[in-house]
Amino acid sequence: MSHRRSHRRRLLVSGLNVAGALAIVGVMLIPLYWAVVTSLKTLPQSYATPTSLLPPSPTFSAYSQVLHTQGGSLLTSFIIAIGATVLSLLISVPAAYALANFRFRVTGLVTLSLLVAQTVPGIVLGTSFFKIFARIHLLNSYPGLIIADSTYCVPFAILVIRAFMIALPRDLLEAAQVDGATMLGCLLRIVIPLSRPAILSAALFSFLFAWGDFLFALTLSTSNAVEPMTLSIYSYLGQYTSQWPELMAAAVFAAIPSAILLVLVQQGIRGGIATAGLKG
Amino acid sequence: MSDVALGTTATRTDQVRLSGRLLRGKHPTRRRKRFSGRVLFLLPAVIYLLALFVYPIVYNILLSVRQSSVIVFVRNTGGFVGLTNYHMAVTNPVLPGVLYDTAIFMAGSIVVQFSLGFLIALFFTRRFPLNGFLRSLILVPWLLPGVVTGIILRMMFDPNIGMVNQVLTDVGLIHSPIEWFANGHLALLVVVLANIWVGIPFNMLLLHGGLQDIPKELYEAARVDGAGRVRIFRSITLPVMRPVIAVVLVLGFIYTLKAFDIVMIMTGGGPMNATQLLSTWAYTLSFYNLDFGQGAAIGTLMMLISLVCAFAYVRSYRAEIR
Repeated sequence: MSHRRSHRRRLLVSGLNVAGALAIVGVMLIPLYWAVVTSLKTLPQSYATPTSLLPPSPTFSAYSQVLHTQGGSLLTSFIIAIGATVLSLLISVPAAYALANFRFRVTGLVTLSLLVAQTVPGIVLGTSFFKIFARIHLLNSYPGLIIADSTYCVPFAILVIRAFMIALPRDLLEAAQVDGATMLGCLLRIVIPLSRPAILSAALFSFLFAWGDFLFALTLSTSNAVEPMTLSIYSYLGQYTSQWPELMAAAVFAAIPSAILLVLVQQGIRGGIATAGLKG
Repeated sequence: MSDVALGTTATRTDQVRLSGRLLRGKHPTRRRKRFSGRVLFLLPAVIYLLALFVYPIVYNILLSVRQSSVIVFVRNTGGFVGLTNYHMAVTNPVLPGVLYDTAIFMAGSIVVQFSLGFLIALFFTRRFPLNGFLRSLILVPWLLPGVVTGIILRMMFDPNIGMVNQVLTDVGLIHSPIEWFANGHLALLVVVLANIWVGIPFNMLLLHGGLQDIPKELYEAARVDGAGRVRIFRSITLPVMRPVIAVVLVLGFIYTLKAFDIVMIMTGGGPMNATQLLSTWAYTLSFYNLDFGQGAAIGTLMMLISLVCAFAYVRSYRAEIR
């Protein structure tokens, strides 16, 4: 009898805990809910008072409108984010391998500068990039934004991948070297396959950082020749402040990579990633 | 500025040492070959850091000590003017307001996001179904691009269609819609709230990780000794968590100092510079006023501030690893 009662009590406690957690999540996600609801409304519905908590007649017209007017920007953002991710990995993976396995005298110093690099305010880099890129004709260009955006990713990616590679068993590498594998062979055939989780999460976060970049898009553009999503939302906001359904549809599109990332690494996000990398 | 010094010395000694080793030929050929091969793995990253961090930082400092005006901007020929730009920036009538806004923004963001993040992290150390799933949902605001956050929260506080005004009206707290972005104090409050919304998940994530690493035996022993919840928190949780807390606060400081996107989207620094932070002001000086000298001077000052913090970060990072 008492056993059953304590069981019931435990159920009640865990029910209350779940309710509490749901409340916290609910409060944190209200703005997102509101964004989605607004994106499914028509313009007059969005202005109706009192505001309805559900879209009265859900319509995707805002979404098709955004695809029509800003679809190009979505593609631009995608190209830049992929480019920045590839560039970052090409630099980070070998560097992480070297920092994890070889002891140079500069190893500590390079690691230190990677940490310091992440503290440099974006506006400092943006201002200098603007002047430098103007001279070498990289303003308003894909390569320019890809290079600039990769600065969000490279220090972070090296640190995350290096931390993972350090933890790999040494014997594997030594055995391979005894068998005559070159260092490049070790990297390609052993270390990279084993480090897939770390490389994948570095890649996903790199994509997300570059996709979400606003500062470099803003400072390194003098025309709208290359206009990522973030910049197009900003200029749209400046022109049509009151077109909330469309602005929210654009926001939902811009949030898709975050949602995908959340699903993909739901179990995998650990403190280490957050410690090694600073967003924006 | 010592940031740059650090970077350049690093790479210079690097080069000297590397070439020294290669040229001296002290090592047997095979080792030397292997050594130079090893360098190739790190070399791209070193060049990358030099070209995209060290050089721009030096460039920024050079900009800050050169004459700058619209004419100079067009001709791109500013002469050396020493600390004139710094003097102009420091005596700029806008600066006190910017420092005030930045201080309020940073203090408000860090204190609230840390406290709430800690409370939520503590809550999620309880065991209940769906814990991991619900915890990961809290991360969403942190994963969103700053522009998305900014635009969504701008809508939430919109005087006409914003949900915030609606709720406040329904509850009976206000009778007419509040113009959040027309009043300087309210606008500052709103951007702080927005930044807190992004900061809570980040603080929660790191602190929860730290809390999970505390050995359960410690708590059990304390409970056996008859310690209450508050006592356990003060005598076990806080001391053990100190290194993690240090990392969280330092990262929070650096991250908040860098904040740009959200404020730019929500207020653009307005109304009347009431939400102008150092970062947005540096942008405005350079790209609106085309006064790259003053903008770069503010940028350099920001780097100095975050450099001091970076050293604290590195120290606490090492402490955490240990």
